[in-house]
Amino acid sequence: MSDAALETRALSMSFGALRVANAIDFRLEPGARHALIGPNGAGKTTFVNLVTGALHPSGGRILMGGADVTGLAQAERVKRGLVRTFQITTLFRGLTVLENVTLAVAERIGVAGGIVRPAGRRRAVIEEAYALLDRLGIADDALRLVKELAYGRQRMVEIAVALGLKPKVLLLDEPAAGVPSGESGTIIDLIEGLPADISILIIEHDMDLVFRLARRITVLVQGAVLVEGAPAEIASDPRVRQVYLGEREHA
Amino acid sequence: MSATEATPTAAARVVDAFARRHRLAWGELVPWAVAVAAYFLFPDYLALGSQVLATILFGLSLDLILGYAGIVTLGHAALFGAGAYTAGLLAAHGWGEPLSGLVIAAAVAGLVGLVSGAIVLRTQGLTLLMVTLVVASMLYEAANKAAAITGGADGLSGMNVLPVLGFSFDLYGQTAYWYCLSVLFLCWVIARGIVHSPFGRSLTGIRENERRMHAIGSPVYWRRLTIYSIAAAMAGASGALIAQTTGFVGLDSLDPINRSGAILIMLILGGVGRLYGAFIGVPLYMILQDRFAAIDPVYWYFYIGLVLVLVVVFAPGGAFGLADRLLRRVRRSA
Repeated sequence: MSDAALETRALSMSFGALRVANAIDFRLEPGARHALIGPNGAGKTTFVNLVTGALHPSGGRILMGGADVTGLAQAERVKRGLVRTFQITTLFRGLTVLENVTLAVAERIGVAGGIVRPAGRRRAVIEEAYALLDRLGIADDALRLVKELAYGRQRMVEIAVALGLKPKVLLLDEPAAGVPSGESGTIIDLIEGLPADISILIIEHDMDLVFRLARRITVLVQGAVLVEGAPAEIASDPRVRQVYLGEREHA
Repeated sequence: MSATEATPTAAARVVDAFARRHRLAWGELVPWAVAVAAYFLFPDYLALGSQVLATILFGLSLDLILGYAGIVTLGHAALFGAGAYTAGLLAAHGWGEPLSGLVIAAAVAGLVGLVSGAIVLRTQGLTLLMVTLVVASMLYEAANKAAAITGGADGLSGMNVLPVLGFSFDLYGQTAYWYCLSVLFLCWVIARGIVHSPFGRSLTGIRENERRMHAIGSPVYWRRLTIYSIAAAMAGASGALIAQTTGFVGLDSLDPINRSGAILIMLILGGVGRLYGAFIGVPLYMILQDRFAAIDPVYWYFYIGLVLVLVVVFAPGGAFGLADRLLRRVRRSA
């Protein structure tokens, strides 16, 4: 078996007596479109925080392309191409859209610590950031402040910032959360249009989005993997139906 | 497809506008013109003018860490005092050459910033505020106890400051004025360069959203420590200027509440995170202080506090914030 883009082995985490991650074995194949679903409090966001290094696991290992990254700091994992977006928009609200993406591009290229030359002289960085906005169809807002944008637009900037880091593995934490249902289609189109070589894990509540985008689904319940399979298998699995019965009725 | 034809020009326009933000605006020369004009207009107030200029430098250094990196501190006096005492001790022990004294004082303060910053910058928010206060208080008490070296509560006297580049410090404060103005200008050039550099922009990112900076792979702690040390050196230079031009260093230069607190108020009055807040806030504070003390010599600080409350409630962003809003209103009605 070839190396997974991202893999966890027996990944565990406890807050006191509460086991929020219980020996999670998970593989994200190269180029995957994989969804992680589960009811509220299943430990999905904890899983993302563990994988990205925002939280430290109490047990288990995390590997990227076969290399152990369990002990690496968050910034180091980003440098290796492990990038996330946030469930609640986490952007530089007082800065322009272009600046948001430029900061990410500059960090990736490694010029963000430069102190002598003005940032404006590094035109290639700005041009790359602008081209990215253009590709995502949000270049019109390049010079507007993030906080002035509608929430749906902010969600797109959230993804743009992540793409500015040229991710190999992209973790999308509820990319359409809080977006009016009429606009979530734009987000789905955007995600569908992402380069095929990026391995994507989507953490999502919205089942329409999951079944449209994912080719593989993992169901997380109470910090442990309940079942993993193709969308059709998951949809017909009686255990999943039982877990989601309450949720799907008011969804 | 006219849209695709128009795109490159639109793109170039946006990128141009964005890439030009570091270019000098004419307005940025106003403070320097005012400072030079003040020299000729108020020849009797040059000693006070030197104090204002040196204090502006202190405020500028605070703006770098507070306004850009979002580090809230009550310990800035520690760095000011470290510079003041270094310059004072050098001049009192036979090293009277001011320029080298200034550089050494800045270096010592920078080192104090580096070492204390390495510890305090591991904390955030209210904890950070408290530990910076602790650092300043410790230095204050250390200087108080070490009376044999610092003169303790009596202050350090016996400084003998030699002429700077052949100009001796005169009674009218002419040399002091030009000396302070030159150092302030040099530090402003450096600070402005930093603010517009990629490093400076990343500091703004840290201020706006630290979590996101971590998530884009930024070494947040090291960036903060770097700017903290640079600002410390500038604060030290400011302290050294005041020590050298007044020939005296008192314990008040390390006073965490009066020194750190006052400069914070001055910066808030002017506007935080704009590089020029101190240029307005410091003179404004000093004028207010002078006027209020004339009205009420005992409780003038109460009125300063009142003005601060009014500014925070009705004019967040200080004088610059107010000017911004007025300009926007004028443009909208035009």
